[in-house]
Amino acid sequence: MAKHHISTTINGEPVEFLCNTEQTMLDVLRDELHLTGTKEGCATGDCGACSITVDDRLVCSCLMLGVEAEGHSIQTIEGMADGDQLHPLQQKFLEYAALQCGICTPGFLVASKALLDRNPDPTEEEARYWLAGNLCRCTGYDKIIRAVLDTAADMRGAS
Amino acid sequence: MARIVLTHSACRQYTGGTAELESDATSIRGLVRDLEARFPGLGRQVEESMAVAIDGVMHQDDLTASIPEGAEVYLLPRIGGG
Amino acid sequence: MAPDGTPDLKVVGTRPIRPDGVDKVTGRAQFGADFQLPGQLVGKVLRSPHAHARIRSIDTSKAEAIPGVKAVMTAADMPEITSEEAFVGEGPADFKDMSGNTMARDKALYDGHAVAAVAATSAAAADAALAAIEVDYEVLPHVIDVEDAMVEGAPILHDDMFTSGVDPKPATPSNVAKRMVFELGDVDAAFGKADIVIERKYKTAPVHQGYIEPHACVAQYAADGQVQIYCSSQGQFMVRAYVAKLLGIDISEIRVTPLEIGGGFGGKTLVYLEPLAVVLSRKSGRPVKMAMTREEVFRGSGPTSGGTVWVKVGAKRDGTIVAGDAVLKFQAGAYAGSPVGPGCMTAFAVYDLQDVRITGYDVVTNRPKVAAYRAPGAPISNFGVESAVDELARELGMDPVELRLKNAAKKGTKAAYGPTFGDIGCVETLEAVKDHPNYNVPLEPNQGRGVAAGFWFNIGGESSATVNINEDGTAVVATGNPDIGGSRASMAMMAAEVLGIDVERVRPIVADTSSVGYCFLTGGSRVTFATGMAVVEASRSVVNELKARAAKTWDIPVDAVEWQDGKAVPAGSNAGDFEPLSLEDLAAKSGRTGGPIAATSSLNAQGAGPGFGTHLVDVEVDRETGHVKVLRYLATQDAGRAIHPSYVEGQIQGGAVQGIGWALNEEYIYDDRGRLDNPGFLDYRIPVASDLPMIDTVVVEVPNPRHPYGARGVGEVPIVPPMAAMANAIQDAIGIRLTELPMSPPKVRKAVDEQAAAEE
Ligand code: FES
Ligand code: FES
Repeated sequence: MAKHHISTTINGEPVEFLCNTEQTMLDVLRDELHLTGTKEGCATGDCGACSITVDDRLVCSCLMLGVEAEGHSIQTIEGMADGDQLHPLQQKFLEYAALQCGICTPGFLVASKALLDRNPDPTEEEARYWLAGNLCRCTGYDKIIRAVLDTAADMRGAS
Repeated sequence: MARIVLTHSACRQYTGGTAELESDATSIRGLVRDLEARFPGLGRQVEESMAVAIDGVMHQDDLTASIPEGAEVYLLPRIGGG
Repeated sequence: MAPDGTPDLKVVGTRPIRPDGVDKVTGRAQFGADFQLPGQLVGKVLRSPHAHARIRSIDTSKAEAIPGVKAVMTAADMPEITSEEAFVGEGPADFKDMSGNTMARDKALYDGHAVAAVAATSAAAADAALAAIEVDYEVLPHVIDVEDAMVEGAPILHDDMFTSGVDPKPATPSNVAKRMVFELGDVDAAFGKADIVIERKYKTAPVHQGYIEPHACVAQYAADGQVQIYCSSQGQFMVRAYVAKLLGIDISEIRVTPLEIGGGFGGKTLVYLEPLAVVLSRKSGRPVKMAMTREEVFRGSGPTSGGTVWVKVGAKRDGTIVAGDAVLKFQAGAYAGSPVGPGCMTAFAVYDLQDVRITGYDVVTNRPKVAAYRAPGAPISNFGVESAVDELARELGMDPVELRLKNAAKKGTKAAYGPTFGDIGCVETLEAVKDHPNYNVPLEPNQGRGVAAGFWFNIGGESSATVNINEDGTAVVATGNPDIGGSRASMAMMAAEVLGIDVERVRPIVADTSSVGYCFLTGGSRVTFATGMAVVEASRSVVNELKARAAKTWDIPVDAVEWQDGKAVPAGSNAGDFEPLSLEDLAAKSGRTGGPIAATSSLNAQGAGPGFGTHLVDVEVDRETGHVKVLRYLATQDAGRAIHPSYVEGQIQGGAVQGIGWALNEEYIYDDRGRLDNPGFLDYRIPVASDLPMIDTVVVEVPNPRHPYGARGVGEVPIVPPMAAMANAIQDAIGIRLTELPMSPPKVRKAVDEQAAAEE
C-alpha cells in the first residue's frame, strides 16, 4: 500500500514525511525522522515517555497516528531548548537531580511545560495529578515535583 | 591459628555437621587448600560459591587476602546485588 | 582535617550538575532503542503462549519464505551447553539454564518463554514471520504458586532437578532446587528463655523491576567473526562474557558498546536479546536490532521472587530479643536461583541476636526466571521479620523504634549472619527517625504510623579506571560501568578531589569493552565504592606522576614536592623556592618532561561497608474502598559518605517508592492456564506521582573505613524496609495485621469486612 505524504510542523520547522497508515506518531518521530528524544516505554499510553504536544495539547505520541500530524504543529523534547539555552525546566531538572537514568525525562519535561503553559502557579497536588500519566521508576517523583514547582515560581518571578 | 565458622549447611555437609574449625592458613588461598585437604569438596565449595568474612570484612573472589593470627573467619554464601 | 578526623574535602559532598545531564534533558542521550546501524534488520521473538509445554517440533519453513525475512532461529542455532559446562568460568551463573532461558530448547517453561526469533527488513515482515512459525506443543500441567510447586505430585519442571542440601540424597526429581540452613547458637534453648513469642506466616508477591526502558540492542556479526554489540545493560563486560559463553565465541572477538541505560534495578544484569541478535546477524549477514515491547518485558524478563516467610521471634519482657527462627520459600521462576540465600542472611541482620536459625528453599515454578532486584532477597524476609517485630512491640507495649534501638546491631555486634560488624550506622538511622518531626505528628482516626529497619551487605569487586590528563590540564576519566543514576558525576567528583581541580574540568566517560579494563556489573551498590576506588587510585598515580614532573622541572627530589589544590609546590622552605606548577602548567609541558600523563588502576575492591536504613510512614486507610493513602514518608540511611548527596537522596527516594508499590499494588495475575493477565503498566500498577507525598530523607554518615572517602553503597537498602513499614502502619491505622502482599484495595477491604463481621 502506498505511503501517505504528510506535511506538518515540528518544533517550528516545516516537515514532510511519508508513513504507513498504521504507523504511530512515535514511530514516525523515532524511525523516520530520527528524533529519538521521544521515548517508548509501553506503546499503550500508560507511561508518558512518548509525550509530545500537538497544537499545545499534551498527547502520548504512541496513541496518535503519523497521518494525524497533517497540518498540525508538534513540539518534541528536541525543540524545548532555544539553541544552547536550556528551558528553565531543563535547567531546574539538572539542578534538582530530578533524573537518574533519564529515560522518563523527555516525557516529564514536555508534560511539565504543558502544565506551566496552562497553569503558571500549580499547587503540589495539581502538579502531581497532571504528571500522573508519566511514570518514573527511579526517582520516586520527589525531586521532579520540586523542580517543576520551583521552575513555576521562578518563571512567575521573571515575568 | 584462625577460628573458622560455618553457618551454612552447604559447608557443613562436608564436615559432617561440624560448625567450627581451626586453621593455620594465613590467606584465603591457604584456607581453601587446607579445607580441601581435610574435607574433600569443601575447599572447592569455598572457592567457587562462598564469600569469606575475615574479622568482619567481606571478601569475594579474592584468594590473596591474608588471615591474621587469631582471626575470626566466617564462610558465607556469595552476595550479588541489583 | 575535620574534627572527626576525616579529610577536608572540596568536591566530595557538593552537588554539581551531572556531566551527562544536558544530553539527558535535551533528548540527545542515546538509550538502547535509540541506536541504529545502516542496513539493520528488525529482530523479533516468538514466545510461548503456554506456561508449560514440551516442544515437539518447530517448522520455520513458511516463515523463511516470506519476502523480507532474512533469518529465522531456534535453540538449534545455539550451542547446547551441558550440565558439566554449566558453571565453567567465573561467577555463579548457570550457563545451561541461562541458555535455556534465552531460547527454550525442549520445553517452554513459562508463558512468554522465547522459542524462536526472526530478522526481517521491516517490522511487518517480522510479525508475519512470527505468525508463520509452526510450533508443535504438547501442553503440560503447570504450577505457579511456590507452595503448590513443593507438594508431592506437583508438575515437575526439570526431570534432572534433585533437591540439594537434604540428607539422604533424594531419588525422585523435585521443584525444590535447594534447601539451606543457617544456624548460629542454640535456637531452641534460646526460645526457652523468651517471655513472649510471636509466630506467623507472611507472603509476598513477585514484582517486576519496572524499568521504563525495555531491553534493546543492535548486534552485528561480521564476515571475519568479529561481533559488535550496542546495548543498554548493567554491564558491557557482563554482556560480552555471557554472549561469548552462550554462543561459544572468544571474548576477544566481541566488543560491546554501552548505550545509556533507562533503569535496571538488577533486571539488566543478564542477557535476553543480545545472543539472539548475534545469531540472527550471523545468519542474515546484516546488523540486527531487537527491542522488547512492554508486554515482552513483563512476560519474558525479571521479576524478583515472591515467597512465603514463616517467622518466629522470642523476646524477654524487657524487650530484649533472644531468638529468631524463620523458614523462607522463594520461587525462582523457571530455573533454579532465587535470592533465598541473601534472604536468609539478611532476615535478622538489623538485630543483635546470637541464636538464629533460618531455613531456605529455592523453588522453581512456571514463571519467568527471576532476576536480581535491588537487595535481592532481603525485602522478602524483611517483610516477615519486621512485621513480626512490630507485633512483638505491640505485645510488649513498647514503642517500635525503642524496641529496635534496644536490640539494634552496632559496631562489635556479631551479625545475625555471623561475622562481627565494623563501623555501621544502624542505631544512627533509628535515632534520626526519632529526631525527625514526622515521628511526632499527631494522627487522626484511620491513620497509622509504621516503622521498619533494613539491611544490605553491599558488594565491591573488580573495577578498572583510566585517567588521562589532556594537554590543557583537563582530564578524562574512563570507567566500564554504565551510568544508571549519576555515577559519572561521582566518578568525576572523586577524580577532581584527588587532582585538586574543578569538577567541570574532568570529563567522565563510560567506555566500551575494548577501551577500558574489566569492570564487573553496575549492581550490588558497588560502583561508587569499587569503581570509585579505582578512580581514586588512578588519580593518585597521576598526582604522583605530576609531582615527579615538577621535581624534574625544578631539579629536586620527588619527595620534596607536594600536591596542593591542583598545584605542585615545594615541600617546605628546604626544598627550594619555586613558583607552584599547576596541573595546566605541567600538562602543557608534559611532552618535554617525559610524555603524556595517564594512569590506570585495576583492582578487586573488598570490604564494602554494610548499609542500614530505617523508614517511617504514616498512612490513612479508607475503610470504604480499602485504599491506603501514604500521608508522610521518611527514609533514613547510612551512606558512609555521600559523594553527591542529591543522587544519594534520589536513590533512597526511588527505592522507597518501589517498595511502596511492592507493598500496595504490584503483583502478577495469572489465569488458570498460567498465562499472565496483566503484562502492561495499566494493570501492573507502579506508583505514580499522585499516589505519593514527598519522600523525606535523612542521610547519616558513618564513614566506611575501606573507602578513601568513606562511601558505602546506597542503592539497595531503601527497598528493604518499606513493605513492613507499610503493613505496620496499616495495622496501626485500623487494627488489622495484613500478612500478604500486595495490600491492595480489595485485600484491605476484605480484611475490614472480616473485622466488622467478627465484631458483630
Ligand atoms: S510509550 Fe506512549 S505512553 Fe508509554
Ligand atoms: S529517571 Fe529513570 S525512569 Fe525516571
